[in-house]
Amino acid sequence: MTYLKTYGPRADPVTGLTWGLMDLSLAVIVIVTGLVVVGVWMRRSRQPWPALASLPLGGSGGGTAWITIGVALTVLALAGALAWTVAVMAAVAAPATTALTIEVTGHQWWWEARYLGLTPDQTFSTANEIHIPVGRPVLLKLYGADVIHSFWIPALGGKTDTIPGRTNLTWLQADRPGVYRGQCTEYCGLQHAHMAAFVTADPPADFEAWRARQQQPAAPPPDTAAAGEPLVVAHCGACHTVRGTGAGGVVGPDLTHIAGRETLAAGTLPNTPNGLAGWIANPQALKPGARMPATDLSGPELGQVVAYLETLK
Amino acid sequence: MTAWEDARTPRSAKVTPSSPGPRLQKIWETGPGLKGWISSVDHKEIGKRYIVTAFVFLLLGGIESLVMRLQLSGPNRTLLSPEAYNQLFTMHGVSMIFLYASPVLSGFSNFLWPLLLGSRDMAFPRLNALSYWVYLAAGLFLYAGFVVGRGPDAGWFNYVPYAAREFNPGVNIDVYALGLILLGISTTVGAANFVVTFLRLRAPGMSIDRVPILTWGTLTASVANLLAVPSVSLAFFLLWLDRQFGFHVFDAADGQPLLWQHLFWMFGHPWVYAIVLPAMGMVSDGLPTFCRRPLVGYTPVALSTVATMALGFGVWVHHMFSTGLPDISLSFFSGASLIITIPSAVAVFAWTATIWLGRPVITTAFLFFASMIVLFVIGGVSGVMTGSAPVDWQLTDTYFVVAHLHYVLIGINVFPVVGGAYYWFPKFTGRMLSERLGRWNFWTMFLGFNLGFFPMHLLGLMGMPRRIYTYSAGMGWDTTNLVVTLGAFLFAAGVGLFLINVAVSLKRGRIAPENPWDAPTLEWATASPPPPYNFAVIPTVASRHPLWEHRLNESAGRSCLDEGLLLDHGRETLGTTPLDGEPSLILEMPGDTPAPAILALGLAVLFAGAPLKAWWLAGLGGVICAGALVLWFWPRRVHADEPEAAHG
Repeated sequence: MTYLKTYGPRADPVTGLTWGLMDLSLAVIVIVTGLVVVGVWMRRSRQPWPALASLPLGGSGGGTAWITIGVALTVLALAGALAWTVAVMAAVAAPATTALTIEVTGHQWWWEARYLGLTPDQTFSTANEIHIPVGRPVLLKLYGADVIHSFWIPALGGKTDTIPGRTNLTWLQADRPGVYRGQCTEYCGLQHAHMAAFVTADPPADFEAWRARQQQPAAPPPDTAAAGEPLVVAHCGACHTVRGTGAGGVVGPDLTHIAGRETLAAGTLPNTPNGLAGWIANPQALKPGARMPATDLSGPELGQVVAYLETLK
Repeated sequence: MTAWEDARTPRSAKVTPSSPGPRLQKIWETGPGLKGWISSVDHKEIGKRYIVTAFVFLLLGGIESLVMRLQLSGPNRTLLSPEAYNQLFTMHGVSMIFLYASPVLSGFSNFLWPLLLGSRDMAFPRLNALSYWVYLAAGLFLYAGFVVGRGPDAGWFNYVPYAAREFNPGVNIDVYALGLILLGISTTVGAANFVVTFLRLRAPGMSIDRVPILTWGTLTASVANLLAVPSVSLAFFLLWLDRQFGFHVFDAADGQPLLWQHLFWMFGHPWVYAIVLPAMGMVSDGLPTFCRRPLVGYTPVALSTVATMALGFGVWVHHMFSTGLPDISLSFFSGASLIITIPSAVAVFAWTATIWLGRPVITTAFLFFASMIVLFVIGGVSGVMTGSAPVDWQLTDTYFVVAHLHYVLIGINVFPVVGGAYYWFPKFTGRMLSERLGRWNFWTMFLGFNLGFFPMHLLGLMGMPRRIYTYSAGMGWDTTNLVVTLGAFLFAAGVGLFLINVAVSLKRGRIAPENPWDAPTLEWATASPPPPYNFAVIPTVASRHPLWEHRLNESAGRSCLDEGLLLDHGRETLGTTPLDGEPSLILEMPGDTPAPAILALGLAVLFAGAPLKAWWLAGLGGVICAGALVLWFWPRRVHADEPEAAHG
């Protein structure tokens, strides 16, 4: 989550400025601390409470040169900082054309990412894990579904809030492949702490393959997992969508390709069969306050549901 | 305005042990017992109550933070539920910002102002009492919800829509909204009182270029409060209407959630300066005493105080850099946020020069004041970093900002306040605090503070967001968080040593003379603690340093402290002209009365009825208020009719 090292043209100029201002800050701290400590040490009165007559009370004038010089240096440093700031703002402004537009919506407490296609059947939604092609600028349209959240992938750029009733724009570009972790940074309620977002930067060919797969509806399950599908439709379908089945809810994350995701519940736990079973059985134990209620499934039913979901690659 | 507006020409007198002290004592003394205690309008009494109450809230807020630090000392700890954590961090902010930082400075200023200015009380003693009682009522009101598990939980900044009824249906946010409106009444009447006192109640000869810097700090803070508090009171009132009466000011569909942030920070940022400028004033006045020379650059420091406040109204958007505002707006507010550093630099270099050109005597108070310069600079430069909008996109809402704001608020408020407590304790109580315990106190607080808060910068740079109740292992934050928790407890131990020092010294401290530090200003020209009437005669002032004049020779004339206007026809003090401090009228001061306390009680009952929608209760509160106001405005006996007593 550190942002002292970044990997894209939206973040890098800011990182340079951050380091620059940090070095300046440390220099100022060292200088002023030195002035105070050395001043107190050199000028301190050696008597415990000096006799009044011996005090060096000069006139009330004098010493204003300190203020003049100190303030002049401060003004110079600040002018430099301001010029650099404005230059960086211009440098990281959104490029005129972007390769891809993704609509990102902050929900209590997960992220929805909607990839717009040329036709409605090419449009799809996923959650918490946003794939982008390496080396291409990507425009993000940010929406708030309920309260204000803030979208932040430190290694790729700063935060932008997702505010209900507004559309905010930001952009990012990753210069090398990898998974970049981020987290909601605007306090949004009980599970603000468990609202991670991941950006996965894939080589362009891999990205296209990923996108093509995501555009497909869920494949019919093999016989071994077929018993789970009606259970998912019945128990999960009110809130979740599995495209190609009867499950069409829009409250929670789209599960059409859930098995292809690395984590569950916005980074709360790893997406393994055990993790999935534990999460479905009792979400409130793992993420107290989460909007997902415990599901009324028997043990064998739970196994069938997990087996089915595991097929949704 | 030199004409006497009172028909009477006041008598002048010389002070002797038998006169006029005993007669003034009878006039100004607070009555005995509980009734006297509740009725007192003595600014010194009110000031001490403010300070003690503010420290109680500081301790509560401190305990809240220690519990949070235990929860965060390692990954995935389960000491606190998310709901408990959210209430704790909200109440921590509310306690520290609203119930400690501002009131404690009101306390110091209330106690000290009339003594610094050579007056017998504040301009409106009853308003002064009212502002304390309403503060107390608002504090108890805000904590009442917390005690029953319904404390506010949307952060002290209380952003909508999270604080709207849809997402936060309980009574907790209503209590917060109404509690802050109630507190706003206290702040407003207190601020008006300071402004008028500054303009009209200075000793004759104390032109505005001769007042101590502390009064500049409190004056500018008070003017800022008068302008800023309406914004937040309005915001909270509209929020209450949204929540309970179906208004749509802040909702996303028909209103505008961002409007809340603008209204809140238009208040919030000036408020930050309002809770540090008086404390900076304490350092500007206290530090020179121990450096054994006048402050370097009185005029630039006084002007920079005012300039900070004026600029402070133009930087609120730096709390909103990531809300998606246009770049041109961000550039403007970035510029303003950097420029506001300049007046702060004036103060820093003035203090440093005072040390270099003086002969510092190292006392506990001096250590707190001098270390504040360093903490101020650390909080200042991290403020410059967050003031640069692109950098702030990364820094905001991480622990870097938590570190920044604690360096600002603890560094520039708590350190000067504790230093001020060592400096003025003899004046408050008549006894000295222990210097030996004081050294332990200072070093524990200083090391604990830096150990606890400096690593937070690193946590922020490592990406740890604010306001999270837990974090997973493997983020690289574990060790640093443990260090922060240890530092927090060490800092708390330092605060504990301060309280022990106060408790021990109140009983066994060395008896303080009038002027134990050989300090230059008027409060040290009267007894420790001062008599109820402050000064036996109204002093006449000829320079900035009335008690150092014989050594400084900074003015032609000499201040006169033991002969002056007597003003003993009842509770009286002198009104002077706003700029030059020339005598202009005799002010008749009101006597003790329980009316302010009753009015505050009525307001509290009224405000308690509102969130419960118990309108009969609110009505009862209104009736109590009306009764209190009748008592308040009941015609007074005119003292001028009293025969003049014989003076010895």
